[in-house]
Amino acid sequence: MRLANKLVLAALVLGGAGAVAGWVLSAPQKLDDETLAALGTGDVGRGERMFNAGGCASCHAAPKAEGSAALQLAGGVKLTTQFGTFIAPNISSHPTDGIGSWAMEDFASALLKGMSPSGQHYYPAFPYASYARMRPADVADLHAFMKTLPAVEGRAPDHSLGFPFNIRRGVGLWKLLYLSDEPVIALKQDAAQELALGRYLVEGPGHCGECHTPRDFAGGTKKDQWLAGAAAAEGDGIVPNITSGEGGIEWSQADLASYFETGFTPEFDSAGGAMAAVQKNLAKLTPEDRSAIAAYLKAVPPHSNGYPARTPQSAE
Amino acid sequence: MRKVVLAASAIVFVTGAAFADVIADRKAVMKENGKHVGVLVTMVKGEADFDAAAVLAALTALNDNVQEIDVAASFPAGSDQGDTTASPKIWEDMAGFQAEMDKFKAVTAAAVAAPAQDIEALKTQVGAIGGTCSSCHETFRLKKG
Repeated sequence: MRLANKLVLAALVLGGAGAVAGWVLSAPQKLDDETLAALGTGDVGRGERMFNAGGCASCHAAPKAEGSAALQLAGGVKLTTQFGTFIAPNISSHPTDGIGSWAMEDFASALLKGMSPSGQHYYPAFPYASYARMRPADVADLHAFMKTLPAVEGRAPDHSLGFPFNIRRGVGLWKLLYLSDEPVIALKQDAAQELALGRYLVEGPGHCGECHTPRDFAGGTKKDQWLAGAAAAEGDGIVPNITSGEGGIEWSQADLASYFETGFTPEFDSAGGAMAAVQKNLAKLTPEDRSAIAAYLKAVPPHSNGYPARTPQSAE
Repeated sequence: MRKVVLAASAIVFVTGAAFADVIADRKAVMKENGKHVGVLVTMVKGEADFDAAAVLAALTALNDNVQEIDVAASFPAGSDQGDTTASPKIWEDMAGFQAEMDKFKAVTAAAVAAPAQDIEALKTQVGAIGGTCSSCHETFRLKKG
C-alpha cells in the first residue's frame, strides 16, 4: 500500500471511533505560566544572535538576499515537498501583513508551541519542533530584535497542500508525537559547558536536525538517526550525514568551526545548496558559538547515511 | 554489427556514461581550483604564514584555470546524468549559470591584478572568491547520495 493511501486510511479510521478523542487531543496547547514568567522583557542585542543562529532570513527573506535586504522578512519563499507546497509567511514588523502587532506571548506561542495568535496550529515546515527547545528568554530577545526590523507590506500566499495534510487540526496529533522541549542527545552530568551550549544551538535555534535528520512516514525526525543525513525535502538531492558514521564527516572540531566561519571544507570545497545561506548566518556568530556547535557535532553518536545509496537507475 | 554498436551506445547512454569524460574533466578543474584556493585558505586560517609570492602564484594558477572554463563545452545538455553533482538547474537556467561563472572569472581576474600584500587583504580576497563559490553552488550544485 502506498504511503498516501495508508495516511488516508489512518485519517478515515480516525474519523470514526477516534473522532472525539482526536478532537480533544489535537487541540492547540497554550504556554504554561512558568514559561510565560521566564520570557522577561527581551534584549535587542542578544536577539540578533538568536536571529542569526535561527536562520530566520533563510526562509523569510528573498533568496540570496544580502545586507539590509536580508532583514526584509516579507516571506514568499516556496518549499515544495511531498506533502505539498509550503510558502513562508511575512514575519516582518508590518502590523497587518506581518507580525508587528503580536504580543510577546503570541510570538513565544508560535516558536515554542507552533500555535498562531488565533489558536491555529502551524505546519512544522516552520521548525518549531526545534525552536521548542529554546529558552524562553532567548525567544523574548529574538522578538525584541525582530521588532526593530523594517515593516514590509504584502502577505504571502497560503500553503497549497493535498489531503489529508490540508487539515490543520491534524497537526495537533503530530505535535503529540514530535513536539518536545527535551534535548535529543543526553549529555553526562559533568559534560563541558561548551558541549551543552553546542547542543542548545544545534538542537534548538539552529534547527540543524530539520534537514540533516531523516523523517518517518508522518514527517517526524527519526531521533535514532539524529543528523545522519536525509533525502532533501525539495528536489532529488540529499542533505549530508554530519555524524562521524559511515558516509558522514571526519572533520576535526577546528575543521568544523573553520567551515562555519569561511564556508570552506577541509578539502577546500565550498558550502552549497541550502547550506550556503546557513553558513553565512553561522559566520555572523561568535567564534565561541561556532566552536561549541563543532564540539557538539563531534559528540553526536555516529550513524551510517540516513538516505538510500544512489543506484545507477535512480541516477537517471 | 551496426545493431550491436547502436545497442552498446544505447546502454552507455542509459547508464549515464555518455558524458563520463566531460564530467571527469570538469571535476578535475574544480579539484584544481580547490587546491589553489586551499593555499590561500590555509594562510587565512593561520595554519601557514602569509607569503606574498605564494599568494600570487596561487591566484595566478587559479585565475588561469578559471578563465579557461567554457560553460558550453563543459556542460553539454544531458551531462547532468552520471557521476556528477551538477544540478539540472544549470540547463534550466543556462544564462544564470553563465552569469555565476562570469562573476567567478571577474573575481579571480581582479585578485590577480591586485594580489593581497598582507593577511587582512587576503582575508577580503578569499572572502570574495569564496562568495562566488558558494553563490554558484547554492543554486547549481546538487548533492546526491
